[in-house]
Amino acid sequence: MMNNQLPFQAEVVERIQESASIFTLRLRLTDDEMRRHYRFAPGQFNMVYLYGVGEVAISIVSDPQNDDYLDHTIRALGRVTNGLSQLRAGDRLGLRGPFGRGWPLAETEGRDMLIVTGGLGCAPVVAVINYVVLRRERYGKLTIIQGVKHADELIWRERYRYWESLPNVQVLLAAEHGGTLWPFHTGLVTEVFDDAHLVPEKTTVMMCGPEGMMRAGCRALFARGIKPEAVYLSMERNMQCGVGLCGHCQIGGHFVCRNGPVFTYPQVSELIGVEGF
Amino acid sequence: MLDGLARRGFRCVGPQLRDGTIVYDDLTTIAQLPVGISDDQAPGTYVARKVGSPRCFAWANGPQALKPFLFAPQEPLWRAERRDGHIAFTLATTPGKPLACIGVRACDLAALALQDAHFLQLDDPYYAARRENLFIVAVDCTHPAPTCFCASTGDGPATQPGCEHGYDIALNELDAGYVARSGSTRGAELLAELELAAANASQIEQAQREVRRAAEQQTRALPGRNLRDALFANLDHARWQDVAQRCLSCGNCTLVCPTCFCHRQDEQPTLDGGASEHVRTWDSCFTEGHSHLHGHTVRPDTRLRYRQWLTHKLGSWHDQYGRSGCVGCGRCITWCPVGIDITEKATQICGSDHDE
Repeated sequence: MMNNQLPFQAEVVERIQESASIFTLRLRLTDDEMRRHYRFAPGQFNMVYLYGVGEVAISIVSDPQNDDYLDHTIRALGRVTNGLSQLRAGDRLGLRGPFGRGWPLAETEGRDMLIVTGGLGCAPVVAVINYVVLRRERYGKLTIIQGVKHADELIWRERYRYWESLPNVQVLLAAEHGGTLWPFHTGLVTEVFDDAHLVPEKTTVMMCGPEGMMRAGCRALFARGIKPEAVYLSMERNMQCGVGLCGHCQIGGHFVCRNGPVFTYPQVSELIGVEGF
Repeated sequence: MLDGLARRGFRCVGPQLRDGTIVYDDLTTIAQLPVGISDDQAPGTYVARKVGSPRCFAWANGPQALKPFLFAPQEPLWRAERRDGHIAFTLATTPGKPLACIGVRACDLAALALQDAHFLQLDDPYYAARRENLFIVAVDCTHPAPTCFCASTGDGPATQPGCEHGYDIALNELDAGYVARSGSTRGAELLAELELAAANASQIEQAQREVRRAAEQQTRALPGRNLRDALFANLDHARWQDVAQRCLSCGNCTLVCPTCFCHRQDEQPTLDGGASEHVRTWDSCFTEGHSHLHGHTVRPDTRLRYRQWLTHKLGSWHDQYGRSGCVGCGRCITWCPVGIDITEKATQICGSDHDE
């Protein structure tokens, strides 16, 4: 484990353009000792530091057993992320982490996994999908439900096609505004839940996306017999320190960076989607 | 006592009159203490004035607490240096000389315990380095301001000894001298060196009577010690909008609050680009940036920011640290430019939904 206050140097191994504004930085800690000892769980994040500009919290999407590199999928949106998008292989930056609690992947072995995401890319659940896909035999049915506002916001179409080709995997896509060439469902994600033919008592749900979508999604799932304790949500807030000190990421009594970002539904049910929290 | 502390290598700070308020600053001689100075405080008002008393501690707390001495308003956390495309990181060092603070009130000792709970639990090395050797000389409060309500939060006006968070020495000021008691071994050792005469029964009785009276004088109170459920049951109360129409969202309340811990982290690169410091600075939940997330702000308006502050301070603080985050010092009332009163707002918003 790294010292959680001080970054360590990492090198860009490769930069992968995922869409017009989304890119993946494949990073490698330059210190051998640090690289050997670095361990993370899918759903955890690093503070990625751009020299002289600042840090940003980015979830780790590569496989936790890959000791060679750490993938971070980033959307160029602000000062730090726009700067990070300019980096090329060989450039150096800083990493602090990993922070927070990840997805429950050990205790859910043998269960059906339902992944629900909304919005762009949604890196925290991509880490889970990759994890389960690489260990297909350890889990039951994998259902991936992705909703977007506009059809052209969907990235990684080929990846969805690949996932769908694997045994016991179902992919359901929905766009609120589909357009003429959209081959999937036009409407809300919740409208495709019935196509997933869920077996409530053996299904664990992992969700990430806008809170309105997550709240509506949870309600729709509870109506189909899923228990609230079987639903895990990845929350997003302003994060600066990563260790629960700076106070920006609070939702009620929770420090999202330390107590989350992955919570069970009952942990956050009081305030999820409530304006101002 | 000052000499004894200086001999032990402490930097002493104590109350003195500066810019019209009583603040803590470097103290090398007792002549610097605010003798004969008291204060008038009310919502949005603070006036220091001469009262001709022989006392040095005949005042209620000014804007500053212990907080800035331990949780620095601004400090570098680490430094990055770039050479030949490589980046080297080094931790910032924290100041070496231990601090002794003279004249600390019970409310600020309670606040210190809350800051300890936050920063020490998470092993913040910057806070811990300053906290480690802190020497505290408390002075029991006999002059509460009309804005004070520490009796209702249970944090004052009498100081409580405690192994971790208490004082080393506590004083009760009388017109002619002080009644002193120790709260730690090193406090007892320092007092023993001073070869003081034992206080007599009437002096002790007088000291206790003055502190009791300081509790009785307080007119403000929170409506309960645990308002968590009452506040979260009233998130849609109309009073949030009322207070938002007066609140300037200036953040003064969070800066004078001895328990507020929020801080932001910024980058300060040197002009030549060869190095960059990562600096933390006090932040406030009343700023727009506090809840900024790419693409949207969680709390875009004053109603939501005031509600966040109050529901955290008096509500979700219980979930985090097992008690309210308010110690009743009243600073947020005095230093609010429009005089918003936390006790009044909590009472109005919680209505009858709280435990008495």
